[in-house]
Formats: sequence, structure tokens, C-alpha cells
Amino acid sequence: MQKVMMGNHALSWGAKLSRAEVIAAYPITPQTEVVELLSNMCADGSLKAEFIKVESEHSAMAASMGAAAAGARTFTATSSQGLALMHEVLHWATGARLPIVMGNINRAMAPPWSIWTEQTDSIAQRDTGWIQIYTSSIQEIMDSVIQAYKVAEQIYIPTMLVLDSFVLSHTNENCDIPDQDKVDAYLPRFENAYRLNTDKPAAFGGLTGPDWYYELRYKIERDIQKAIPLFTETGKEFGEMFGREYGLVETYKLDDADVVLVASASIASTARPVIDAMRKEGHKVGLVRIRVFRPFPSELLRKLLAGRKKVLVIDRNISFGMSGAFYAETKAALYNEKKAPPMWGYIAGLGGRDVPLNVIRDMIEQTIAEEHPEGDIVWIGVKR
Amino acid sequence: MLEIRFHGRGGQGTVIASKVLAFAVAREGRFVQTFPEYGVERRGAPVVAFTRIDDQKIYIRSKIYEPDHLLVLDHTLIGAIDVTEGLKPGGWIIINSDKPAKDFPQFAGFKVATVDATSIAVKHRLGSAAAPIVNSAIMGAFAKITGFVGIEAVREAVHELSPVKKDENVEAAQEAYDTAEVPKEQS
Repeated sequence: MQKVMMGNHALSWGAKLSRAEVIAAYPITPQTEVVELLSNMCADGSLKAEFIKVESEHSAMAASMGAAAAGARTFTATSSQGLALMHEVLHWATGARLPIVMGNINRAMAPPWSIWTEQTDSIAQRDTGWIQIYTSSIQEIMDSVIQAYKVAEQIYIPTMLVLDSFVLSHTNENCDIPDQDKVDAYLPRFENAYRLNTDKPAAFGGLTGPDWYYELRYKIERDIQKAIPLFTETGKEFGEMFGREYGLVETYKLDDADVVLVASASIASTARPVIDAMRKEGHKVGLVRIRVFRPFPSELLRKLLAGRKKVLVIDRNISFGMSGAFYAETKAALYNEKKAPPMWGYIAGLGGRDVPLNVIRDMIEQTIAEEHPEGDIVWIGVKR
Repeated sequence: MLEIRFHGRGGQGTVIASKVLAFAVAREGRFVQTFPEYGVERRGAPVVAFTRIDDQKIYIRSKIYEPDHLLVLDHTLIGAIDVTEGLKPGGWIIINSDKPAKDFPQFAGFKVATVDATSIAVKHRLGSAAAPIVNSAIMGAFAKITGFVGIEAVREAVHELSPVKKDENVEAAQEAYDTAEVPKEQS
């Protein structure tokens, strides 16, 4: 069914199509309309799920964990300060191996107060063991919820679906709502092999000494790495069933590109017409959009970027004292490559500063003009 | 690609107007993208919204800086802000006003049309007489004047998007469509 809808509602629809059974959420700012629509769907019976209103995001994640531990397919959503408040329980969800799916609307961290987009909130959670998917269209948001459950439930790792505040969350565009029957065939009912079960009593999360804790960490890393082939496989299967394929990254005009732009989310979308325009002028420019940031697709990026003349990475986030996260990690992935290209790191669009065509073009042109990157990062368009 | 900018004041339905256009155009099978200027909304404060229309998938996700056409839901904004900022030469400026287009000589080089959307909204009891909601009426006039979208699709979009008084909103759009005068070619 074709519909025009906003990114927030695409998340809600993704949860509905995935037949989420429990939704636990804090309904006040920085929350968005994601959970408002879900609570309407629960109220009118179109979604047969338990909606739990809680008093904080910390409780939202705690309730989600309880539901997931009981074996329910669980969904929640948050943003910025709310995600930060969840931090402790995010680690817990991973350690308890609960395949919760959560939407996070990227909003800049306060102070000063901001409701506008920036990735620093989700980047600050990159070490919690959650899978992170950065989306770049309304359609992709809806489709990714369904794919996220399919991946998460096979490896028992929670998954965060990330979208830009306003630029995606409150933007309306064409969207195809897949048929429920087909979604059901793609994503069958989840049977949690380790759920709380009074017939088979077991302890969860008890004190574990140095003799076994290390092994449990090893298993998380081993299993989150399984998401690398799983995203490719489940993305292909999604493409066969629904006509839209999704992978770890998306490339555009990359084959013969000398200069490659690496970006994510909405900036990577706006970059396409810039690349079209520069191609027409004879510049061999291409694009890699990183879609899955955790696990980081290091091997694939080595394949795509080694041997290029120049690479530039745009980050809408900042790890203070270092650089943008996508830049740091892309550089790290290439470090041992013999043909590692010189890499430029740009910071742009923090706190919702618009990143229009000419700003993206400026960054590509600066990269082409410079022989070698000077310093670690370039802040583009700072008012002085 | 067509890029259209909407100017209004909080409470007039500016954001919904931009969505009506997008929903209507999508019904006709084209690609759309619509979004407000993201801020903290207040009643009476200037509001800006944007709609993009294309025959293919739209990738650009920045604001619209050089719109092809404008809709002005509140004529008191003219002069208070530079509504024509970045507007491409020859673009439409469709203004909610009870004055004729020739009363806006400052917009030479653009195509100006006016519609008294306020009176139509008041007549159909949309919003209050002091603060009428004019979006449905101006979108009916927009369909007539520009021909960018059919009135059937606008009626359906207005019906879908009006939270209350759906029929009255559809009637307001239709009345504006029926009564709007398409200006002759202007320089």
C-alpha cells in the first residue's frame, strides 16, 4: 500500500508489521510521535501488543528487558537525553542477550538544549554492544525495523535503528507499506530459546567471577560479528520478497571513483545529487554510505576503499578530543592496508545545522585540492 | 524537480498545507518530500514549510533555498520578512489576500495571484473568525492557478489530513478552486 508518511510513523509501522508484542516507552520530550502512533494502534486494536507507559527512559529499557526476557518481541523508541539515561540498561540488555529493537531519533545533546539532529547521542552508545543501523530514507526506516528483528533474534543481540531528527523523523515522503502476509513469511514468530520459564527455572545475570565472565564477553563479540553476513543475507532476501535490497553499506557511482565520500544517514542521501553534478564536470567521485555502524563493516570497507586516491569522511557527530566516529573507525579499518588512501575527516551539521549541496561540494573540492590531509579534522563552515 | 515554499503564521495550517500538496501529488503517482522549518512552534509566529515534487526518487534532504514557487498564507508577512528570498525569477507567488494581484507591484518579475482564503475559511467555519484556518482554501486555489495538481487529488488529501470538519475543509478547497481567477500571463 502506497502512503505518504513521516519517519517517526515509519518506525511505528515497522514495529506493527513486525508484530511487536510489547512496547514500553516514555511519552514526553525528547520522545517523538513514534510511540504516540503505536499507542493509538494498541488502543484501536490494530496492533495486538501491550503498551507500557513508564516514568523514564531508564524504566522504558528496563521494562523492555523484562518483556524480552519473557520471550516477547519488544520495541521502544527514544532520543538524545533519553538514550543517555538508558545507558546503564543498554549494557544490561546486551549482556542478557535480549534481541530488543529500539528506534533512536538522533538529537543533539544538551546543554544548550537542542531538539535538532546530531549523531553524538547514538555514537556515545556504540560500546554497549548494540547493533546500530543508520537509515537514510523513510522507506528504509520501516523496512529496517523488520530486518532488524530478523537479524537480532538469530544472534540474541539488541538493535538500535537510528534516524536524523526532523530531516527524517518529521519529513513526509512516499512509502510502500509491505503486505502483512509477506512480512509474516519473512519474519516468523520469535521463539526465545532462553526465555523465563517456570517449567525450566534458571537464574539470569547472577554474579559471575573471572573464571567465566571473559568467555561471556567473547561470545557477545563472536555473535555480533555474525551480523555481518546476516545483514547481507537477510537484506538480499528482503530484496527478493519486497523489491528493496539492503546491505551493510550502500555504494553510488563507486566503480571507477578516485575520490570517495564516506557518509551516513541523510547527509549520504543529499550527497548523491552532488556526486551527479560533479561527475558531469568530469570528477571521478563516488559514495559509500555506511548503513550498519555496529558491527563495523571493516573488511568490506577495506575492499571498497583500499587503492583509491583519496577518501573523505563526513561526520555529524564529534568524539571530543579525537574526531568524528565514522572517520576514526574508517581510518582504523584501513590502517594495515598497503594501499590505504589518505583520509580527510570533516565535521558538519552538528545541532541540526543544515548540510546543503554546496557544503558537501565544498568538502569534496577541498579534498581534491589538497595534496594531503592537514591535521585530523576540518570543521566546515564554523562562524568566527 | 519542483520546489515550493510555504509562508504562514502558527495556527493557520501552513505545515498541513505543505502536506496537502505532497499527499495530493503522491496520489497522482509522483514522488514528494515535505517538511516544516524545524523550530519551536508558537501561535502567530512566522512558520515556513517546504514541498519537493519530482518524477523520480528524491535524494536531496536539505532545506529549499531557491524555491520555484511560493504560497503566502498571511499577507501581513509581506514586508515583515523577505518572502521572495531565493525565489526563482518567473515563479508563482500565491497570496491569501482580499486585494487583487496588481496591488503587489513589489513582486515584479514573478507571477502573482491572490485568493481570499480567509473569507472562504470563515464562511466554512474553519478555525475561528479571528483566527481562521486557511490552508484548505489556498490549496484549492493553488490547484486551479498553477495546474500542478488536480482538484480531485487535493480534495482527497484535504479529507485525509483534516483532523476535524473534513467535509467543510473539502468544500472550502472546492470553492477556492471554483472561484479563483487564473491571472493572464504577466511579465
